[in-house]
Amino acid sequence: MIQQVAQILSYKKLRDDYYLLTIVAPEIAETAKPGQFVNIRPPADRQFILRRPFSIYKVNRRGEWAATIEVVFDIRGGGTAALASLRAHDMIDIVGPIGRPFAIPKTRKSCLLVGGGIGAVPLFYLAEELKGAGKRVDVLWGAQTAHKLLNPIDAKRFGAQAVFTTEDGSEGVKGRVTDVMDELLEKCGTEVIYACGPNGMLEAVTRIGQKHRIPVQVAMEALMGCGYGICMTCVQPVWNRAHDQIVHVRTCVDGPVFNGARIAWDAFAPDPGARVAPVGN
Amino acid sequence: MAAPDLSIDLAGIRLRSPVVTASGCFASGKEVSEFVDLKKIGAVVVKSMTMEPWPGKPTPRMAETPSGMLNAIGLQNHGVEHFLAVDLPWLNRIGVPVIASIAGNTVQEFIYVAERLTGAPGVIAVEVNISCPNLEDRNNMFSHDPKATASVLASVRRGLEVPLFAKLSPNVTSLVDIAGAALDNGAQGISLINTVMGMAIDIHTGRPKLAGVVGGLSGPAIRPIAVRCVFDVFRAFPHVPIIGMGGIMDSGDALEFILAGATAVAVGTANFIDPQSTTKVNEGIAAYMREKGVNNLASIRGRVKVEG
Repeated sequence: MIQQVAQILSYKKLRDDYYLLTIVAPEIAETAKPGQFVNIRPPADRQFILRRPFSIYKVNRRGEWAATIEVVFDIRGGGTAALASLRAHDMIDIVGPIGRPFAIPKTRKSCLLVGGGIGAVPLFYLAEELKGAGKRVDVLWGAQTAHKLLNPIDAKRFGAQAVFTTEDGSEGVKGRVTDVMDELLEKCGTEVIYACGPNGMLEAVTRIGQKHRIPVQVAMEALMGCGYGICMTCVQPVWNRAHDQIVHVRTCVDGPVFNGARIAWDAFAPDPGARVAPVGN
Repeated sequence: MAAPDLSIDLAGIRLRSPVVTASGCFASGKEVSEFVDLKKIGAVVVKSMTMEPWPGKPTPRMAETPSGMLNAIGLQNHGVEHFLAVDLPWLNRIGVPVIASIAGNTVQEFIYVAERLTGAPGVIAVEVNISCPNLEDRNNMFSHDPKATASVLASVRRGLEVPLFAKLSPNVTSLVDIAGAALDNGAQGISLINTVMGMAIDIHTGRPKLAGVVGGLSGPAIRPIAVRCVFDVFRAFPHVPIIGMGGIMDSGDALEFILAGATAVAVGTANFIDPQSTTKVNEGIAAYMREKGVNNLASIRGRVKVEG
């Protein structure tokens, strides 16, 4: 993990809602593994003081003149809006690579990657590594609507099977990833599942994996204060080994990749982002 | 020109630098040591430890607010035994002085932790955290009441040989009375300030943004409050060492605290944003001393120019 002031090589707007930054960061690119993230400080603005964590989307160790990493994000608030205003040659303060990466299986061969919306980001780099290790990779991307599916063209390219679901039916199968998973697991002979997306999806994917006795690695998102293990903000409720006690485990340095079976899904407070139950209801 | 002497005297202890860490904003230093040489700072004030491990509060534990952050962690920590077995030996190997922050729900719990720390190697002082806003009964925080403050300090004092600092809350009407109660009952110094109690609400869900409902505000948003608290307590007790903190982001902020009356300055939330904050503050203070011809920090402590 290092801290550096890095230059932005390029900025690109993907489809409707996603932004792609390519950052010149040779030391980070050298050691970054799939599932790890970087923590970026928004451009000088005293209103938003904390860094924003971003999964690593792609790594290019043989860039045009130096190694680069790529991150993809959407605008959630003022901090990410400031990041979306960055352009080529701008400098940003970045810390990384951070966290426990996805584990690449030693003997198991067939891997299903399940991505919910922008949660698909770390699965692109993972797919590359899995393919490099001679694994079969299948992809299942789900989103609310077609333009929230992340880079389906590349996903089709690296997926032996590439299935898309949208809740409004605007692309692929109408519904959710979990609606098609049972069938896909059979068809692909899946031995390992990797998932990243909203907690509700990760929980459902974990339960389906458990039903089929397939291990599920989930990459989890969290609000972070520091992103390097000191503030205890980003904890997840995790069962201890005896499975009789829930402990709070840091997402940043002990995750963001967890064994889905160890997450205490029932312990989550009601989703603070859910647009339900207005005041007085 | 020789490098300026940044060393200070904190309750009889010589520290190489006035820059220390704010409890809870540095863990026990291990993670931060990937980014900074801990030996360059005055001391590590570790995260508050309790008698038993504490699980902390559910999530979400944090909400970013203008120029600050609101947290309700609930003092999640591994307990004093883990500190003695794991964190302290590591800090001693690094060779950085340690200020142990202690917390508890009852006076008995404070006493237990203080007794366990008696004679612990490398612990140069104990900071008594009687001002965490995220305990079960936040309206009965010890530091909200001079009597409760006195009882904790007097109980902890017995047995401990190192200086005691009382970490106080700004959420009170008469801070000076509470500081006085702490000093009359065994505190040698005062740490100012803990977080300011606050709340943020998600208007779409109608729910608080923190699972703990209310939390403690930190960051530059609270700095003027903290500077005023240090100023008031220094005016009332000019011979008492003060560790000043609250939204220190750079050396300029730190110097404000020193001019207001702080002996040492603690960097807190800034560590989250820039892991090298402590050493950057250190370097900035040295540059200021060179520029202004300041030979030692004691000569500018509390020297804010106030008429009358």
